[in-house]
Amino acid sequence: MSGTNHRHESVIMDRYEMTRALTRIAHEILERNRGCHDVGLVGIRTGGVYLAQRLKQLISQIEQTDVVLGELDITLYRDDLALRKDQPVLKKTDIPFHISDLKIILVDDVLFTGRTIRAAMDGLMDLGRPVEIQLAVLVDRGHRQLPIRANYVGKNIPTAKDENIRVFLEELGEEDRVSKLIDAERTA
Amino acid sequence: MSFKRKDLLGLGSLSPEEMALILEAAEPFKEVSGREIKKVPALRGKTVVNLFFEPSTRTRTSFELAAKRLSADVVNFSPSSSSVVKGETLLDTARNIEFMQADILVLRHSSAGAAEILAKNSRMSVINAGDGWHEHPTQALSDLLTIQEKKGQVRGLHVAIVGDVAHSRVARSNIHALTKMGAHVRVVGPPTMMPLFLHRLGVQVYHDFDKAIAGVDVVIMLRLQLERQGRSLFPSIREYARLYGLTFERVQRAAKDVLVMHPGPVNRGVEIAHDVVDGGSAVILDQVANGVAVRMGLMYLLSQRN
Repeated sequence: MSGTNHRHESVIMDRYEMTRALTRIAHEILERNRGCHDVGLVGIRTGGVYLAQRLKQLISQIEQTDVVLGELDITLYRDDLALRKDQPVLKKTDIPFHISDLKIILVDDVLFTGRTIRAAMDGLMDLGRPVEIQLAVLVDRGHRQLPIRANYVGKNIPTAKDENIRVFLEELGEEDRVSKLIDAERTA
Repeated sequence: MSFKRKDLLGLGSLSPEEMALILEAAEPFKEVSGREIKKVPALRGKTVVNLFFEPSTRTRTSFELAAKRLSADVVNFSPSSSSVVKGETLLDTARNIEFMQADILVLRHSSAGAAEILAKNSRMSVINAGDGWHEHPTQALSDLLTIQEKKGQVRGLHVAIVGDVAHSRVARSNIHALTKMGAHVRVVGPPTMMPLFLHRLGVQVYHDFDKAIAGVDVVIMLRLQLERQGRSLFPSIREYARLYGLTFERVQRAAKDVLVMHPGPVNRGVEIAHDVVDGGSAVILDQVANGVAVRMGLMYLLSQRN
């Protein structure tokens, strides 16, 4: 299968558009929370962590203040752990601050079914009681299976359910872009 | 690569990659044990049964805590309070547990191979928590994780294992673990406590502790099983302590940043001196903490098997 599985890629956001979207989200976060003195960013592994780092940097450029930043691994909270055929790779949760008196902004790359965010909220609640949890995503592609909505969205991208949206990041050795990937076999 | 096994029976049959996989899975659980709410839902709805035919506090508690922190339900069976005293066989006991829909069985038994027999005859995942003089894999994996954390890597280190090697399942599992991960292992003790054909496991045998400890990076002291005293493996405890006890003076002969390890329970003043147990080189309590993380990682991997 993998040998014939050539994918057709169409780029939906290039790196300029990504930066603009993230800059806007940074401004929106500051506006909504009236600064960021009681805000903590938590990136969901893996893509969300790098986006959270970028947001932290953008916020410090805009307001010259530092936002605390953590990393959350949601593997142990997944609702499909017992169903999966593969073994998801466990990584470490690293949140080096008390979340209890903060507004936590969860950051992820793509919002799809909402199940990842449900797991992330459960994971977060086990670490304390945040004043508020907000959600920032670079892409919202629809098809929610849970009543979850993002507070900050980089771009809404309508998709078919079996289409694949991927966020490529410089930090992971790719050129920054958001793409729709379509299996060549399907289009042929 | 993923962990494909149904059971963990010993390290003799495990590849270095499989051991590395368990250690890697253990790492994130250290953070979980440091939280205020020490619980994740990974094994929610699973049942873990601790079946211990030999007395154990530390290992049983460690398995129990590990399972509970993964949100599994835990049941402890011990022979004094169970039907075993009424004459039920080991296999029948296990079958009964299996048909109560348990998922993981943790077994300690005085007979080598007990865990293997149950594993072959059951759908449950079986974890060997010590079988006779054979193996105690999770203890050796905790030791491996401790060494790896403190030293960066296991490969190339010189490790001395000291004491009653012949009657120690901890020693056997540690020899497998350490040699497979590329450490140079020497075993030290009186000839009465050395099994035959030890060299086949790729270790050097010493009878002189002062010679053996020279320059080593890690010393693993084995508990002197005082309950075996009647077998006259050595003339007196005092003589054993003099020849094979780890004193502060002996620690000085090892490498400067030597790690002193002990699987517990410690006989202070016998195999290891008070000032060494409480000294800066001892990582005995790190071994205990890592034990919980290793067992969590292992149960997580076993429950992921499909």
